[in-house]
Amino acid sequence: MAQAVQSRPPVTGSAVTPRKRRKFFLLDLYSTAVGKKYAMAISGIMLIGFVLAHMIGNLKMFLGAEDFNHYGEFLRELLVPILPRTVALWLMRFGLIAAVGVHIHAAYGLTILNHQARSVKYQGPRDYQVANFASRTMRWSGIIVFLFLFWHLADLTWGWWNAVGNDGTFVRGDVYGNVVRSFERVPVSVLYIVANIALGFHLFHGVWSLFQSMGWNNPRFKAWRRYIAVGIATMIVVGNVSFPLAVLAGIVGE
Amino acid sequence: MSHLENLVLKIWRQNGPGDAGRFQSYRIDRISDEASFLEMLDVLNEKLIGEGLEAITFDHDCREGICGTCSLMIDGRAHGPQKGTATCQLHMRMFKSGDTIVVEPWRATAFPIIKDLMVDRSAFDRIIESGGFITASTGGAPEANLTPVPKPVADAAMDAAECIGCGACVAACPNGAANLFAAAKVSHLNLLPQGQAERWSRVQAMVESMDDYFGSCTNHGECEAACPKEISIDFIALMHSDYLKAKIKDRKLISQQ
Repeated sequence: MAQAVQSRPPVTGSAVTPRKRRKFFLLDLYSTAVGKKYAMAISGIMLIGFVLAHMIGNLKMFLGAEDFNHYGEFLRELLVPILPRTVALWLMRFGLIAAVGVHIHAAYGLTILNHQARSVKYQGPRDYQVANFASRTMRWSGIIVFLFLFWHLADLTWGWWNAVGNDGTFVRGDVYGNVVRSFERVPVSVLYIVANIALGFHLFHGVWSLFQSMGWNNPRFKAWRRYIAVGIATMIVVGNVSFPLAVLAGIVGE
Repeated sequence: MSHLENLVLKIWRQNGPGDAGRFQSYRIDRISDEASFLEMLDVLNEKLIGEGLEAITFDHDCREGICGTCSLMIDGRAHGPQKGTATCQLHMRMFKSGDTIVVEPWRATAFPIIKDLMVDRSAFDRIIESGGFITASTGGAPEANLTPVPKPVADAAMDAAECIGCGACVAACPNGAANLFAAAKVSHLNLLPQGQAERWSRVQAMVESMDDYFGSCTNHGECEAACPKEISIDFIALMHSDYLKAKIKDRKLISQQ
C-alpha cells in the first residue's frame, strides 16, 4: 500500500524558508492569507465608517426637505475654499471604491483558498457548534449588499431607475424629493429593507471578525467586541430601515 | 455498569488514497457504556477479523488524551459530542441505545486519507519545521529562577502549549484553516522570554508555511469549540498581531532578519 501520499519538501531545520526575492512589503503582506484578512479588516473599517456616516447624514430627512437638501449640497461643497467644489467628495468616493475593490478582491482570493483547502467535503452532515447564521452567510450577504449597491446608485445617484414605476422624474440635487419618490414604490422599499438586513448580518460578523483579524484582543476590552458588533449592526439596520418605513408611513413626504 | 444496545455505525471505508470511499453500516448489538469510543471500534474490529473481513483502520496511540493521534469526525463534530475531549477519552455513555453514529475521517486537502479513517497530518510538521529552533543556551540545566517569567505569562504559554496537534481545529473549520494550531504553536514560544530571539522570524515563517496547505481564518470559532484542549482563539488574534508586527518590524530592523 502506498503510504507516501504527499510530496514533502526537504527538512531544512532553519527558521526561515528562504523565499524568492521579497516584494514591496505591503504586496508581500497581501500575498498571504493573514495579510488579506488585514486588508479585509481595514477596508471593512473604512466601509463601516462610510455606512455609519451615510446613515447619520440621512437622518436629516426627518428634519424636512430644506435641511436634507442643504446637507446634500454641503457634501458637494465640503472643504470648498481649499478644494474646488465636489473634489473632497470625489476623493472620499475614490477611497470607498478602492476599499470595495480591495474588500472583494481579498474575499475572492480567500474563498478560492478555502475551497481548495477542503476539496472533498464532509460526506455526512456537519454539526456546527458556534458558527452562526451571520458568519456562515458572509459571502451571500456580501454579494446581496454589493448588488444592492448598484441598484441604490442607479436609483438615487444616477437616477436611471428612480423614475421607473412612478409619476415623478429624477431631479438632480433634489435629494429629498428623489428619496420620497423612490420609497413610495412599495417593492423598492421592500428591496431596501431586505438589503439592509443582509448588511446588518454582514456587519454583525464583520465587526467582530475584524478585531480578531487585526489581532485587537486586549483583555480589558475583549468582552466589548461582541457588543460593538451588535451595536453597530443594529444602529445601521434600524437607521436605514427607518427611511423607507417613514416614507411609506407618510412621516417623510412631499 | 450498564450497556448500550443496537447501535448502528456508519463508518467511512476507503481502501487507499486513490479510492473513492463510501459509508458502510455496522451493527453493534451490545457494548458497555464504560467502553471508550476507540474500544468500541476495537470490539468491532475483532468481530470483523473473526468474520474474515478487513479491520477498520483508525489512528490511535496513548488513549489518554495527550498524544493527539486519534481523530474521527463523529456525528459531524470533531472528536465527537463531548466538549474538551479527544476521541480516545470519549465514552459510549455519551450515546444512547439505538443511536446511529456517523464516523468520518478529518477532511482537508492538507490531510489526505491514507486508509479508512486514517489521515496524513504531516502538513502540521511542515508548519512546525518552518518555525525552526530556539537559541536558548544548552548545556547543564539552568537554575530554575534564572529567567523570571511572570505567572500569568507562564500560564498563558502553558495554555497554548497544551496543543496536541490532533488536527481537530482544521477538521472543524468550515474553511479548513490551521490558524488555531499555528497560533498555539507560535504563542507558547512567543509569550516566553526564551522565545523572544526568534519571535518575529518564527511567526512570519509559520504563518507563511500555513498558506501552502490550509485555508484562511474567517473567525467562526468552530476550532475553539472542537479543540480537545479548549485552546482559545485569543491566540489566533495574538498570532495575527505578531505577524503584522513582524512584517512591519522587518523593514525597520534589518538586524532581525
